[in-house]
Amino acid sequence: MVKALSSEDIARRVARDIPNGAYVNLGAYVNLGIGMPMLVADYPVPGREFVLHSENGLLGMGPAPAAGEEDMDLINAGKQAVTILPGGSYFHHADSFAMIRGGHIDISILGAYQVAANGDLANWALPGPKPPAVGGAMDLVAGARQVWVMLATHVAKDGAHKIVERCDLPLTGLNCVHRVYSDLAVIDITPKGLVVTDMVAGLSAEELEAKTGAPLAFAESCRALLSGRAA
Amino acid sequence: MIDKRVSTLADMVADCPDLRDGAIVLIGGFGDAGVPEKLIETICELGLRNLTVVSNNAGSGDYGLASLLKAGCVGKMVCSFPRSAGSIIFEELYAAGKIELEIVPQGTLAERIRAGGAGIPAFYTATGFGTPLAQGKETREFDGRHYVMERAIRADVALIHARTADRWGNLTYPKTARNFNPIMAMAAATTLAEVRRFVDNVAPEEVVTPGIFVTRMVEIGER
Repeated sequence: MVKALSSEDIARRVARDIPNGAYVNLGAYVNLGIGMPMLVADYPVPGREFVLHSENGLLGMGPAPAAGEEDMDLINAGKQAVTILPGGSYFHHADSFAMIRGGHIDISILGAYQVAANGDLANWALPGPKPPAVGGAMDLVAGARQVWVMLATHVAKDGAHKIVERCDLPLTGLNCVHRVYSDLAVIDITPKGLVVTDMVAGLSAEELEAKTGAPLAFAESCRALLSGRAA
Repeated sequence: MIDKRVSTLADMVADCPDLRDGAIVLIGGFGDAGVPEKLIETICELGLRNLTVVSNNAGSGDYGLASLLKAGCVGKMVCSFPRSAGSIIFEELYAAGKIELEIVPQGTLAERIRAGGAGIPAFYTATGFGTPLAQGKETREFDGRHYVMERAIRADVALIHARTADRWGNLTYPKTARNFNPIMAMAAATTLAEVRRFVDNVAPEEVVTPGIFVTRMVEIGER
Protein backbone atom coordinates (compact mmCIF):
# COMPACT_ATOMS: atom_id res chain seq x y z
CA MET A 1 0.00 0.00 0.00
CA VAL A 2 1.58 3.25 -1.16
CA LYS A 3 0.91 6.22 1.07
CA ALA A 4 1.78 9.46 -0.71
CA LEU A 5 3.08 12.28 1.48
CA SER A 6 0.87 15.23 2.37
CA SER A 7 2.15 18.71 1.59
CA GLU A 8 2.85 19.08 5.32
CA ASP A 9 4.89 15.85 5.29
CA ILE A 10 6.90 17.13 2.34
CA ALA A 11 7.48 20.48 4.08
CA ARG A 12 8.65 18.70 7.25
CA ARG A 13 11.09 16.64 5.21
CA VAL A 14 12.44 19.70 3.39
CA ALA A 15 12.94 21.56 6.68
CA ARG A 16 14.88 18.59 8.05
CA ASP A 17 17.20 18.68 5.02
CA ILE A 18 18.14 22.35 5.39
CA PRO A 19 21.74 22.16 6.60
CA ASN A 20 23.20 24.07 9.50
CA GLY A 21 25.87 25.82 7.45
CA ALA A 22 29.52 25.20 6.81
CA TYR A 23 30.67 26.76 10.09
CA VAL A 24 29.46 26.26 13.65
CA ASN A 25 26.25 28.18 14.34
CA LEU A 26 26.21 29.68 10.86
CA GLY A 27 22.71 28.51 10.00
CA ALA A 28 21.26 28.88 6.54
CA TYR A 29 19.60 31.76 4.68
CA VAL A 30 16.55 30.44 2.90
CA ASN A 31 13.99 31.96 0.55
CA LEU A 32 10.58 30.27 0.45
CA GLY A 33 8.49 30.79 -2.68
CA ILE A 34 4.83 31.73 -2.59
CA GLY A 35 2.41 28.86 -1.88
CA MET A 36 3.47 25.39 -0.78
CA PRO A 37 7.13 26.28 0.02
CA MET A 38 5.83 28.64 2.73
CA LEU A 39 4.82 25.53 4.73
CA VAL A 40 8.51 24.78 5.40
CA ALA A 41 8.56 27.63 7.95
CA ASP A 42 6.06 25.69 10.09
CA TYR A 43 8.52 22.86 10.82
CA PRO A 44 11.54 24.21 12.68
CA VAL A 45 14.17 21.62 13.55
CA PRO A 46 15.39 21.76 17.18
CA GLY A 47 19.00 22.87 17.44
CA ARG A 48 19.06 24.40 13.97
CA GLU A 49 18.31 27.95 12.96
CA PHE A 50 17.55 29.08 9.48
CA VAL A 51 16.85 32.68 8.58
CA LEU A 52 14.02 33.26 6.16
CA HIS A 53 14.51 35.87 3.44
CA SER A 54 11.48 37.50 1.85
CA GLU A 55 12.39 39.24 -1.40
CA ASN A 56 10.29 42.32 -0.63
CA GLY A 57 12.96 43.36 1.85
CA LEU A 58 12.92 41.24 4.98
CA LEU A 59 15.37 38.87 6.69
CA GLY A 60 14.21 37.01 9.79
CA MET A 61 10.64 36.49 8.66
CA GLY A 62 8.50 35.00 11.42
CA PRO A 63 5.09 33.31 11.42
CA ALA A 64 1.78 34.97 10.68
CA PRO A 65 0.59 37.30 13.45
CA ALA A 66 -2.40 36.50 15.65
CA ALA A 67 -5.76 37.59 14.27
CA GLY A 68 -6.18 41.31 14.80
CA GLU A 69 -2.40 41.86 15.09
CA GLU A 70 -1.79 42.19 11.32
CA ASP A 71 0.41 45.11 10.27
CA MET A 72 0.17 45.65 6.52
CA ASP A 73 3.53 47.45 6.57
CA LEU A 74 5.01 44.03 7.41
CA ILE A 75 4.18 41.57 4.65
CA ASN A 76 5.82 38.71 2.76
CA ALA A 77 6.31 38.15 -0.95
CA GLY A 78 2.79 36.74 -1.13
CA LYS A 79 1.50 40.03 0.33
CA GLN A 80 0.33 38.32 3.54
CA ALA A 81 0.91 39.84 6.98
CA VAL A 82 3.91 38.26 8.74
CA THR A 83 6.12 39.01 11.75
CA ILE A 84 9.83 39.70 12.17
CA LEU A 85 12.02 37.65 14.53
CA PRO A 86 14.87 38.91 16.73
CA GLY A 87 17.93 39.42 14.52
CA GLY A 88 15.80 40.42 11.55
CA SER A 89 16.25 43.40 9.27
CA TYR A 90 14.54 45.47 6.59
CA PHE A 91 16.20 46.61 3.35
CA HIS A 92 15.25 47.96 -0.07
CA HIS A 93 14.62 45.92 -3.18
CA ALA A 94 18.02 46.41 -4.81
CA ASP A 95 19.76 45.11 -1.67
CA SER A 96 17.27 42.27 -1.42
CA PHE A 97 18.07 41.10 -4.93
CA ALA A 98 21.79 41.68 -4.41
CA MET A 99 21.43 39.04 -1.69
CA ILE A 100 19.74 36.75 -4.21
CA ARG A 101 21.77 37.45 -7.35
CA GLY A 102 25.00 37.76 -5.41
CA GLY A 103 24.85 34.18 -4.14
CA HIS A 104 24.14 35.03 -0.49
CA ILE A 105 20.93 32.99 -0.28
CA ASP A 106 21.83 29.38 0.53
CA ILE A 107 18.61 27.76 -0.64
CA SER A 108 15.68 28.89 -2.74
CA ILE A 109 12.63 26.64 -2.42
CA LEU A 110 10.07 27.00 -5.19
CA GLY A 111 7.01 25.40 -6.72
CA ALA A 112 7.04 24.30 -10.36
CA TYR A 113 4.88 23.43 -13.34
CA GLN A 114 7.70 21.38 -14.87
CA VAL A 115 11.23 20.37 -13.93
CA ALA A 116 13.53 18.79 -16.52
CA ALA A 117 16.18 16.12 -16.08
CA ASN A 118 18.83 18.71 -17.01
CA GLY A 119 17.68 21.03 -14.20
CA ASP A 120 15.62 23.40 -16.35
CA LEU A 121 12.64 24.89 -14.51
CA ALA A 122 9.28 26.20 -15.77
CA ASN A 123 7.20 27.84 -13.07
CA TRP A 124 6.00 31.25 -14.21
CA ALA A 125 3.86 31.16 -17.34
CA LEU A 126 0.99 28.98 -18.53
CA PRO A 127 -0.79 29.25 -21.87
CA GLY A 128 -3.89 31.44 -21.68
CA PRO A 129 -5.20 34.99 -21.84
CA LYS A 130 -4.01 36.11 -18.40
CA PRO A 131 -1.12 38.59 -18.36
CA PRO A 132 2.22 36.92 -17.59
CA ALA A 133 3.74 37.54 -14.14
CA VAL A 134 7.25 36.50 -13.10
CA GLY A 135 7.98 38.13 -9.74
CA GLY A 136 11.37 37.16 -8.34
CA ALA A 137 11.53 33.57 -9.61
CA MET A 138 14.08 34.14 -12.39
CA ASP A 139 16.41 36.00 -10.02
CA LEU A 140 16.12 33.32 -7.35
CA VAL A 141 16.99 30.44 -9.67
CA ALA A 142 19.86 32.42 -11.20
CA GLY A 143 21.36 33.47 -7.90
CA ALA A 144 20.62 31.11 -5.01
CA ARG A 145 23.34 28.58 -4.23
CA GLN A 146 20.83 25.71 -4.20
CA VAL A 147 17.41 25.52 -5.80
CA TRP A 148 14.95 22.97 -4.45
CA VAL A 149 11.55 22.35 -5.98
CA MET A 150 8.50 21.12 -4.06
CA LEU A 151 5.75 19.30 -5.94
CA ALA A 152 2.52 18.62 -4.02
CA THR A 153 1.90 15.78 -6.48
CA HIS A 154 4.49 13.92 -8.54
CA VAL A 155 2.21 14.08 -11.62
CA ALA A 156 -0.42 16.64 -12.63
CA LYS A 157 -4.13 16.06 -12.03
CA ASP A 158 -4.59 15.04 -15.67
CA GLY A 159 -1.73 12.53 -15.33
CA ALA A 160 0.78 14.67 -17.24
CA HIS A 161 4.37 14.39 -16.02
CA LYS A 162 5.78 17.31 -14.04
CA ILE A 163 9.27 15.82 -14.08
CA VAL A 164 10.17 15.65 -17.75
CA GLU A 165 13.02 15.14 -20.19
CA ARG A 166 12.66 18.74 -21.50
CA CYS A 167 10.24 21.46 -20.38
CA ASP A 168 7.76 22.62 -23.01
CA LEU A 169 6.41 25.54 -20.94
CA PRO A 170 8.26 28.90 -20.91
CA LEU A 171 11.45 28.52 -18.86
CA THR A 172 12.26 30.30 -15.61
CA GLY A 173 15.91 29.26 -15.72
CA LEU A 174 18.30 26.83 -17.37
CA ASN A 175 19.98 23.99 -15.51
CA CYS A 176 19.19 25.54 -12.13
CA VAL A 177 17.29 22.97 -10.03
CA HIS A 178 19.34 20.79 -7.69
CA ARG A 179 16.65 18.69 -6.02
CA VAL A 180 12.95 17.84 -6.25
CA TYR A 181 10.72 16.87 -3.33
CA SER A 182 7.38 15.32 -4.33
CA ASP A 183 4.68 13.36 -2.53
CA LEU A 184 6.38 10.18 -3.73
CA ALA A 185 10.13 10.76 -3.82
CA VAL A 186 13.19 12.93 -3.32
CA ILE A 187 15.19 13.25 -6.52
CA ASP A 188 18.59 14.86 -6.98
CA ILE A 189 19.34 16.44 -10.34
CA THR A 190 22.92 15.53 -11.19
CA PRO A 191 25.09 16.01 -14.28
CA LYS A 192 24.27 12.38 -15.09
CA GLY A 193 20.52 12.90 -14.73
CA LEU A 194 17.88 12.17 -12.09
CA VAL A 195 18.91 10.16 -9.02
CA VAL A 196 16.22 9.06 -6.58
CA THR A 197 17.56 9.34 -3.04
CA ASP A 198 14.36 8.57 -1.14
CA MET A 199 10.87 7.35 -1.91
CA VAL A 200 7.71 6.40 -0.05
CA ALA A 201 7.42 2.87 1.26
CA GLY A 202 5.57 0.36 -0.88
CA LEU A 203 6.25 2.12 -4.17
CA SER A 204 8.18 0.13 -6.75
CA ALA A 205 10.91 1.53 -8.96
CA GLU A 206 8.72 0.72 -11.97
CA GLU A 207 5.76 2.63 -10.55
CA LEU A 208 7.89 5.70 -9.90
CA GLU A 209 9.43 5.45 -13.37
CA ALA A 210 5.95 5.34 -14.93
CA LYS A 211 5.05 8.58 -13.14
CA THR A 212 8.26 10.33 -14.22
CA GLY A 213 8.93 11.64 -17.72
CA ALA A 214 12.69 11.06 -17.69
CA PRO A 215 15.00 8.15 -16.82
CA LEU A 216 15.69 7.54 -13.12
CA ALA A 217 18.70 6.12 -11.34
CA PHE A 218 18.30 4.90 -7.76
CA ALA A 219 20.80 5.83 -5.04
CA GLU A 220 22.04 3.31 -2.51
CA SER A 221 19.95 5.08 0.16
CA CYS A 222 16.88 4.20 -1.82
CA ARG A 223 17.62 0.57 -2.47
CA ALA A 224 16.90 -0.32 1.16
CA LEU A 225 13.36 0.96 0.73
CA LEU A 226 13.00 -0.84 -2.58
CA SER A 227 14.06 -4.13 -1.05
CA GLY A 228 11.42 -3.73 1.65
CA ARG A 229 13.82 -3.62 4.61
CA ALA A 230 12.78 -0.13 5.65
CA ALA A 231 9.14 -0.39 4.69
CA MET B 1 16.87 77.98 3.71
CA ILE B 2 16.22 74.63 2.13
CA ASP B 3 12.71 73.42 2.88
CA LYS B 4 11.21 70.72 0.66
CA ARG B 5 7.94 70.52 2.56
CA VAL B 6 4.73 71.49 0.73
CA SER B 7 1.44 71.90 2.55
CA THR B 8 -0.95 70.05 0.23
CA LEU B 9 -0.72 67.24 -2.30
CA ALA B 10 -2.62 69.33 -4.83
CA ASP B 11 -0.08 72.16 -4.56
CA MET B 12 2.80 69.71 -4.88
CA VAL B 13 1.57 68.02 -8.07
CA ALA B 14 0.42 71.31 -9.63
CA ASP B 15 3.97 72.65 -9.34
CA CYS B 16 5.69 69.73 -11.08
CA PRO B 17 6.49 70.31 -14.77
CA ASP B 18 7.82 66.77 -15.13
CA LEU B 19 4.30 65.43 -14.55
CA ARG B 20 3.07 65.62 -18.15
CA ASP B 21 1.50 63.47 -20.84
CA GLY B 22 3.85 60.67 -21.89
CA ALA B 23 6.02 60.94 -18.76
CA ILE B 24 7.81 57.93 -17.27
CA VAL B 25 6.65 57.61 -13.66
CA LEU B 26 8.15 55.34 -11.00
CA ILE B 27 5.66 54.34 -8.30
CA GLY B 28 6.95 52.78 -5.08
CA GLY B 29 5.36 49.91 -3.20
CA PHE B 30 5.02 46.13 -3.22
CA GLY B 31 1.46 44.87 -3.07
CA ASP B 32 -0.27 47.47 -0.93
CA ALA B 33 2.78 48.15 1.29
CA GLY B 34 4.55 51.45 0.68
CA VAL B 35 2.36 52.60 -2.21
CA PRO B 36 1.98 56.41 -2.24
CA GLU B 37 -1.79 56.08 -2.59
CA LYS B 38 -2.83 59.61 -1.67
CA LEU B 39 -0.23 61.08 -4.02
CA ILE B 40 -1.39 58.84 -6.88
CA GLU B 41 -5.02 59.73 -6.33
CA THR B 42 -4.14 63.42 -6.43
CA ILE B 43 -2.28 62.91 -9.72
CA CYS B 44 -5.35 61.14 -11.15
CA GLU B 45 -7.13 64.46 -11.11
CA LEU B 46 -4.57 66.00 -13.48
CA GLY B 47 -6.05 63.92 -16.32
CA LEU B 48 -2.65 62.99 -17.73
CA ARG B 49 -2.45 60.60 -20.67
CA ASN B 50 -0.09 57.94 -21.98
CA LEU B 51 2.07 57.66 -18.88
CA THR B 52 4.58 54.82 -18.65
CA VAL B 53 4.29 53.56 -15.10
CA VAL B 54 7.06 51.47 -13.53
CA SER B 55 5.91 49.64 -10.40
CA ASN B 56 6.27 46.09 -9.11
CA ASN B 57 2.56 45.31 -9.32
CA ALA B 58 -0.32 46.70 -11.36
CA GLY B 59 -2.57 47.79 -8.53
CA SER B 60 -5.46 46.07 -6.84
CA GLY B 61 -9.05 47.05 -6.14
CA ASP B 62 -9.85 50.54 -7.41
CA TYR B 63 -7.52 52.56 -5.18
CA GLY B 64 -3.89 53.67 -5.50
CA LEU B 65 -2.27 52.66 -8.79
CA ALA B 66 -5.51 51.00 -9.93
CA SER B 67 -7.27 54.38 -9.80
CA LEU B 68 -4.66 55.82 -12.19
CA LEU B 69 -5.25 52.87 -14.54
CA LYS B 70 -9.01 53.25 -14.26
CA ALA B 71 -8.77 56.95 -15.11
CA GLY B 72 -7.10 56.02 -18.40
CA CYS B 73 -3.84 57.81 -17.60
CA VAL B 74 -1.50 54.88 -18.29
CA GLY B 75 -0.38 53.68 -21.73
CA LYS B 76 2.24 51.21 -20.56
CA MET B 77 3.01 49.26 -17.38
CA VAL B 78 6.50 48.03 -16.60
CA CYS B 79 6.28 45.55 -13.73
CA SER B 80 7.21 42.08 -12.47
CA PHE B 81 3.88 40.80 -11.21
CA PRO B 82 0.66 42.31 -12.61
CA ARG B 83 -1.48 39.32 -11.63
CA SER B 84 -1.98 39.91 -7.89
CA ALA B 85 -5.31 39.11 -6.28
CA GLY B 86 -7.72 41.94 -6.99
CA SER B 87 -5.70 43.28 -9.96
CA ILE B 88 -8.96 43.50 -11.88
CA ILE B 89 -8.68 46.89 -13.56
CA PHE B 90 -5.29 46.08 -15.06
CA GLU B 91 -6.47 42.67 -16.26
CA GLU B 92 -9.48 44.24 -17.98
CA LEU B 93 -7.34 46.85 -19.75
CA TYR B 94 -4.84 44.17 -20.76
CA ALA B 95 -7.55 41.84 -22.11
CA ALA B 96 -9.04 44.73 -24.08
CA GLY B 97 -5.62 45.57 -25.59
CA LYS B 98 -5.79 49.04 -24.06
CA ILE B 99 -2.47 48.89 -22.22
CA GLU B 100 1.03 47.79 -23.12
CA LEU B 101 2.85 45.48 -20.66
CA GLU B 102 6.58 44.94 -20.17
CA ILE B 103 7.28 42.08 -17.75
CA VAL B 104 10.63 42.36 -15.96
CA PRO B 105 12.04 39.91 -13.39
CA GLN B 106 11.70 41.57 -10.00
CA GLY B 107 15.43 41.79 -9.24
CA THR B 108 16.19 43.04 -12.74
CA LEU B 109 13.51 45.70 -12.31
CA ALA B 110 15.09 46.80 -9.02
CA GLU B 111 18.60 46.86 -10.45
CA ARG B 112 17.51 48.71 -13.62
CA ILE B 113 16.07 51.42 -11.38
CA ARG B 114 19.09 51.44 -9.06
CA ALA B 115 21.42 51.67 -12.07
CA GLY B 116 19.35 54.55 -13.43
CA GLY B 117 19.82 56.42 -10.19
CA ALA B 118 23.51 55.58 -10.04
CA GLY B 119 24.46 56.68 -13.55
CA ILE B 120 25.03 53.17 -14.90
CA PRO B 121 23.43 52.88 -18.37
CA ALA B 122 23.28 49.08 -18.50
CA PHE B 123 24.48 45.97 -16.73
CA TYR B 124 24.72 42.22 -17.17
CA THR B 125 22.72 39.73 -15.12
CA ALA B 126 22.35 35.96 -15.25
CA THR B 127 18.66 36.40 -14.45
CA GLY B 128 16.44 35.34 -17.33
CA PHE B 129 19.16 33.95 -19.60
CA GLY B 130 17.66 31.38 -21.96
CA THR B 131 14.08 32.40 -21.11
CA PRO B 132 11.46 34.30 -23.13
CA LEU B 133 12.25 37.45 -21.12
CA ALA B 134 15.76 37.60 -22.57
CA GLN B 135 14.62 37.39 -26.19
CA GLY B 136 16.15 40.07 -28.38
CA LYS B 137 18.57 41.19 -25.68
CA GLU B 138 22.34 41.25 -26.01
CA THR B 139 24.05 38.42 -24.11
CA ARG B 140 27.64 37.90 -23.11
CA GLU B 141 29.71 35.23 -21.46
CA PHE B 142 31.85 36.09 -18.43
CA ASP B 143 33.99 33.40 -16.77
CA GLY B 144 32.00 30.62 -18.41
CA ARG B 145 28.56 31.86 -17.43
CA HIS B 146 25.95 33.53 -19.65
CA TYR B 147 24.49 36.94 -18.87
CA VAL B 148 21.82 39.20 -20.34
CA MET B 149 22.36 42.92 -20.82
CA GLU B 150 19.66 45.02 -19.20
CA ARG B 151 19.23 48.78 -19.63
CA ALA B 152 18.83 51.22 -16.75
CA ILE B 153 15.53 52.97 -16.12
CA ARG B 154 15.55 56.76 -15.71
CA ALA B 155 12.24 58.44 -15.08
CA ASP B 156 10.71 61.89 -15.20
CA VAL B 157 9.01 61.53 -11.83
CA ALA B 158 9.21 59.15 -8.86
CA LEU B 159 6.28 58.89 -6.46
CA ILE B 160 7.24 57.45 -3.09
CA HIS B 161 5.86 56.79 0.37
CA ALA B 162 7.95 57.37 3.51
CA ARG B 163 7.57 57.19 7.25
CA THR B 164 9.39 60.29 8.50
CA ALA B 165 11.11 63.22 6.84
CA ASP B 166 12.86 66.40 7.89
CA ARG B 167 12.88 69.64 5.90
CA TRP B 168 15.97 68.57 3.97
CA GLY B 169 14.14 65.51 2.63
CA ASN B 170 15.99 62.88 4.63
CA LEU B 171 13.65 59.88 4.79
CA THR B 172 12.94 56.74 6.76
CA TYR B 173 10.47 54.03 5.80
CA PRO B 174 8.02 51.77 7.65
CA LYS B 175 9.12 48.10 7.81
CA THR B 176 8.71 46.25 4.49
CA ALA B 177 6.96 49.31 3.03
CA ARG B 178 10.52 50.42 2.20
CA ASN B 179 10.73 48.04 -0.82
CA PHE B 180 11.22 49.99 -4.10
CA ASN B 181 10.84 53.47 -2.58
CA PRO B 182 14.52 54.31 -1.84
CA ILE B 183 15.83 53.20 -5.25
CA MET B 184 13.02 54.95 -7.10
CA ALA B 185 13.76 58.16 -5.20
CA MET B 186 17.22 58.06 -6.81
CA ALA B 187 16.16 57.46 -10.40
CA ALA B 188 13.93 60.36 -11.43
CA ALA B 189 14.36 63.99 -12.44
CA THR B 190 11.75 64.90 -9.82
CA THR B 191 10.99 62.86 -6.72
CA LEU B 192 7.73 63.54 -4.89
CA ALA B 193 7.12 61.92 -1.51
CA GLU B 194 4.09 61.47 0.67
CA VAL B 195 5.33 61.21 4.25
CA ARG B 196 3.44 60.04 7.32
CA ARG B 197 5.11 62.45 9.70
CA PHE B 198 7.46 65.41 9.44
CA VAL B 199 10.11 65.62 12.15
CA ASP B 200 12.65 68.30 13.00
CA ASN B 201 15.63 66.15 12.21
CA VAL B 202 16.05 62.53 11.09
CA ALA B 203 19.04 61.17 12.99
CA PRO B 204 21.87 60.92 10.41
CA GLU B 205 22.55 57.25 11.21
CA GLU B 206 18.90 56.42 10.60
CA VAL B 207 18.51 58.17 7.25
CA VAL B 208 17.63 55.62 4.54
CA THR B 209 17.16 58.06 1.67
CA PRO B 210 19.44 61.12 1.93
CA GLY B 211 17.66 64.35 1.11
CA ILE B 212 19.67 64.89 -2.07
CA PHE B 213 17.31 62.43 -3.81
CA VAL B 214 14.08 64.15 -2.77
CA THR B 215 12.48 67.17 -4.50
CA ARG B 216 9.18 67.88 -2.73
CA MET B 217 7.08 66.19 -0.03
CA VAL B 218 3.78 66.42 1.81
CA GLU B 219 2.78 65.15 5.26
CA ILE B 220 -0.23 62.82 5.02
CA GLY B 221 -0.54 61.63 8.65
CA GLU B 222 -0.38 58.16 10.15
CA ARG B 223 -2.68 55.56 8.65
